[in-house]
Amino acid sequence: VVQETGSNIDIERLRGHHRLMQRIRAFERQALKGLTDKAVLGAIHPSIGQEAVAAGICAGLARDDILLSTHRGHGHTLAKGADPRAMMRELLGREGGNCGGKGGSMHIADFSVGMLGANGVVAANIVIAAGAAHAVRLRGESRIVVVIFGDGAINRGPFLEGLNWAAVFRLPVLFVCEDNGFAAMTRTKAMTGGDGPAARARAIGVPAGEVDGNDILAVESAAAELIDAVRSGAGPRFLCARTYRLTGHTGTDPAAYRPREEVEARWQDDPIARLGQHLRLAGVTDSDLAEDIAAAEAEMARAYDEALATPYPAAADAFAHVQDIGDPRTEAY
Amino acid sequence: MARLTYLDAGRVALAEEMRRDPAVWALGEDLGRGGVFGQYRGLVDEFGLDRISDAPISEACILGAAVGAAMMGTRPVVEMRFSDFALCAVDELVNQAAKARFMFGGQTRVPMVVREPIGMWRSSAAQHSQSLEAWYAHIPGLVVVCPSTPADNKGLLKSAIRCDDPVVYMEHKSLWPLEGEVPDDPDRLVPLGRASIVREGSDVTVVSWSQQVHIAADAAAQLAKGGVGVELIDLRTLWPWDKPAVLASVRKTGRLIVTHESVSVAGFGAEIAATVAERLHAELKAPVRRLGAPRIPVSYAPPLEDEVRVTADRIAAAAREMLARPQGPSDEKVEGESSSPS
Repeated sequence: VVQETGSNIDIERLRGHHRLMQRIRAFERQALKGLTDKAVLGAIHPSIGQEAVAAGICAGLARDDILLSTHRGHGHTLAKGADPRAMMRELLGREGGNCGGKGGSMHIADFSVGMLGANGVVAANIVIAAGAAHAVRLRGESRIVVVIFGDGAINRGPFLEGLNWAAVFRLPVLFVCEDNGFAAMTRTKAMTGGDGPAARARAIGVPAGEVDGNDILAVESAAAELIDAVRSGAGPRFLCARTYRLTGHTGTDPAAYRPREEVEARWQDDPIARLGQHLRLAGVTDSDLAEDIAAAEAEMARAYDEALATPYPAAADAFAHVQDIGDPRTEAY
Repeated sequence: MARLTYLDAGRVALAEEMRRDPAVWALGEDLGRGGVFGQYRGLVDEFGLDRISDAPISEACILGAAVGAAMMGTRPVVEMRFSDFALCAVDELVNQAAKARFMFGGQTRVPMVVREPIGMWRSSAAQHSQSLEAWYAHIPGLVVVCPSTPADNKGLLKSAIRCDDPVVYMEHKSLWPLEGEVPDDPDRLVPLGRASIVREGSDVTVVSWSQQVHIAADAAAQLAKGGVGVELIDLRTLWPWDKPAVLASVRKTGRLIVTHESVSVAGFGAEIAATVAERLHAELKAPVRRLGAPRIPVSYAPPLEDEVRVTADRIAAAAREMLARPQGPSDEKVEGESSSPS
């Protein structure tokens, strides 16, 4: 257990993590409610229980650092600084959503904060991240690229190709495997040979660490060390953050393929509750923590209500942003 | 004007664009040694290995990395070696490159060129001979280019590199040594989406692209001797294709043959034939003809390989049949429908 009973600065930093993790959870709970109400339109993939990974990794990033995410990307996107009001509008397919209602949850992106997109295809973001880092180097920029993917991604070819690419070209990229134990609805271990994500990364030549992904302080410090190495030009690094997906694969998956006792036991390891313990030890009161929850829930309820009151995009928008030459506004058929 | 091969015209185009714009770079297997066909020969000496970048045999990463690099403000030119190998990177091209601008609501652009050499070439068999241009014409977000001459390979590659959206750029492997006059002016572009009228004529319109244009030109020369005037249109760009040029020509001739090296079934010729049938049905003097490969893979042994070729003789014969036939529905056997192998 990391003791953080030090300065006010430390306490404020941890309190910031707590607020962010509560905001992520409140956003997703609100989105799930929206799914029940049929206002959230397509599939959503909640990251409830994984918030410490998003918060801990992004704590080490500046606004102009680049982040690429997965289909389970609400937390990463919020942690990178995206506006939940625009995100909620996107989930509801409304005007003013981050992607103008064209992407929804699975393609959420906010380029203004360096978040280059969730991705509907597992592992596809890994090779795109390698290329983003390649461009950073070609352009002589000092920022870094971080790509987060799930444990299921290590069984796809782009995992091998992207890590090898980054190793060969010594690119400034941090690969983060958010290992929640499940590849969609199947236990990843049942479908994976070898010794897991970090071992595979090392075999490809990318130095790799492993961390308890439900411990925000451990994630933050492990990420900080690896991010320092990447920033210093040492080449790519890899972090496997072990966590647990407390919900189903999608917002409608009851996850009956795992025993209830397992999930109940994992709730005892809830990363937000664990951070709350640290904060209490540091003198933060229960009512302070409750205040963070109430503020997060109010913010997301407001974002949701505002989104509900926002119109859908105009139908003609379906033809915008396709391509300039051969523009479908004149060349669709 | 300079006399250049189709291969060198492409090389000169890339070099000029790299001099003009420091954001342009190329990546692919063996580029440091000039590329598999020599299309990059000497470029590494001028631009260095950062901008003429070698790559592991990782097609998905070559293309996927280009997507990321394009979103970050560079303009990658991707070498896929053979269009057949580009199939290892279909997700990166179709799900990522073609969709990123749209899916993210216009927050980003993916200005990249994907060079995918196509076509039959020296007994290369089923995995090194395909022409899959129709696949990409089907995908919203992509521009598809199939140049047939050295001058076009220079002017179109330059336009493709300057295009702000992803371009699938399909050079034909048999055309590498073809020589022709090529403008020197580095700002002379060939516009994307415009066909070229290779030859004017008033009896039958023949639409083609890539290497097949040259075969169609042989057919047109043959027909001219018999007094048949062929208007030969080199489409050059498949998406967007030059509908006005094709429709204007068919309005004039009343007859259309579309011929391509690729498989006829669900080929791009079907799109052209359907469009002409929809818009000009009343003006057609004969049913539209499609002449493409039968739906069989390309073979290794020459007599087998030749079975997929659409020859000049076949094109000429089809034109003569159309001219001999008075107006009315066809009852003839359609290409590819023969009941037994010949």
